[in-house]
Amino acid sequence: MSASIPWRRAAEPLGVPALDLPAVQDLLLRFLRNEVRKLGLERVVVGLSGGIDSAVACVLAARALGGEQVLAIRMPYATSSPESLEDATAVAEQAGVRMITVDLSPQIDAYFRHRGDATPLERGNKMARERMAILYDHSAVEGALVLGTSNKTELLLGYGTIHGDMASALNPIGDLYKSQLRELAVHLGVPERVIAKPPSADLWVGQTDEDEMGFSYEAVDRVLYHLVDRRFTRSEIVARGEDASFVDRVAEMVRRSQFKRALPIIAKVSHRTIGRDFRYARDWGV
Amino acid sequence: MSFKACLAQINPTLGDLERNLQRHLEVIAEARERGVRLCVFPELSLTGYFLKDLVPEVALRLDDSRLQPLRDASEGIDVVVGLVERSADFRYFNTAAYLCQGEWSHRHRKIYLPTYGLFEEQRYFAPGDRVRAFDTDLGRAALLTCEDMWHAIPPLIAAQDGAQLLIVPSAGPVRGRESDARPGVEPDAGATWEVLNRFHAKANGVYVLYANRVGFEDGIGFGGGSQVVLPSGRLAAQAAPLEELLLEVEIDLANVCRERRDSPLFRDEDLELALRELRRVRKRRFGLVGETGE
Repeated sequence: MSASIPWRRAAEPLGVPALDLPAVQDLLLRFLRNEVRKLGLERVVVGLSGGIDSAVACVLAARALGGEQVLAIRMPYATSSPESLEDATAVAEQAGVRMITVDLSPQIDAYFRHRGDATPLERGNKMARERMAILYDHSAVEGALVLGTSNKTELLLGYGTIHGDMASALNPIGDLYKSQLRELAVHLGVPERVIAKPPSADLWVGQTDEDEMGFSYEAVDRVLYHLVDRRFTRSEIVARGEDASFVDRVAEMVRRSQFKRALPIIAKVSHRTIGRDFRYARDWGV
Repeated sequence: MSFKACLAQINPTLGDLERNLQRHLEVIAEARERGVRLCVFPELSLTGYFLKDLVPEVALRLDDSRLQPLRDASEGIDVVVGLVERSADFRYFNTAAYLCQGEWSHRHRKIYLPTYGLFEEQRYFAPGDRVRAFDTDLGRAALLTCEDMWHAIPPLIAAQDGAQLLIVPSAGPVRGRESDARPGVEPDAGATWEVLNRFHAKANGVYVLYANRVGFEDGIGFGGGSQVVLPSGRLAAQAAPLEELLLEVEIDLANVCRERRDSPLFRDEDLELALRELRRVRKRRFGLVGETGE
């Protein structure tokens, strides 16, 4: 027996949803203008690595504030890839921003002369913090804010250096997953080879994020999206075809890196402790 | 009765009463010059939204002398403003107040204080406990603040109490900018607002004047997109999202008459049924005794 009426099964697609790119671009440009200008400022500084995240942040800032209001700083170390430097230049030129280069090698080498046992990761973290210090120094000179370039994937996984690349005054891309950022980069016309190359923290020669972490951004974004944005349980995500051990690993990375996303813990003594019962918006009175 | 209204889609400065008051006076003066009879400002328009511990610091009594310039400015133009109101017994309310000829003719204390996700209003505010329509020279109106409009019942009560103008000052943030409309994803807040405004307008045969703010506070953007919805549920006017602007629109209460003639939903609303059934449901859910209507 057949009812002879066609069935249509509505199923939700997998993966991170596509963004309404023009609307997101409009929101982020207004965010930058509003949050910078309400402080009586016009400028930002941004570290340009040659990668997609800082490229998107830089292009957004240039469009929001005007290229002359953006100082892009390249901060290569001796072993940094020359292609990254060229890519950073291409981004800066296309965005029409001012660009300077600060060679990180002397200060890094001076420090590690007495820390010969440092691992590549420790060296990478130190470099990230030196870059942060250079950005903040220039922000003071410029009367500018330091632009953050960490995306949502990195922030959630803790794949960044606390007080290093995770430090900033203003982050236009911190609520966008890496895969969404790629869409936005295409929409913004970021140079093709910046978008196409494998993402790398440039911690050592030939390093790529995906090799180091052992999974692709696409795969991890899919899990993060369902875990964080949709608040699915582990079993709901596994039921959608994800590998259980991978889901567990991602959830554990998020949990273990919570400290990187929080203010330092303050021992409560008084009745009114900063961050607990002393609560003000950062945009207090501006 | 036909008149010009203005939805003032402004960007208040967080915690700066004086500056915000000045902005209000400028907008009101301009609106009056254009012949506007009713100027609606967004939720907490005098103070900004994410006040946190600033709430007591910016709180006012409605008879505060600092508000005198605003009262003076309401000669010949009715004004709706949002502020933190301190009550005589020292509670703080998220209040929208209606100013006419230098007098506060009505005040609405926000009832539904969102405290979830990015919202934390119950931490700082006491909830209002009434929905009331009130008479103005422009027609019978009611004020509902933002989240009040996300519930089915307040607009219904306001309309049944005689309001033909539902005035909705809001501070609605932007969230959900995905382009694919998946069943499980909460839609963009602006889209939800349109659904709600249009539904309540149509279901009750009333005008909805939704004034939403813009600007950013700690990275959270307020969506703007203020709108006026006709009693038929159609959009009469909509402001662009995210940017400061003053939306001028003609309001004609004859449209309430037309809508209720052609689609008498308001007439057919059964308050007795609603009360009877709600009493029954309340008894079932909360076990209250001594209630009739079983």
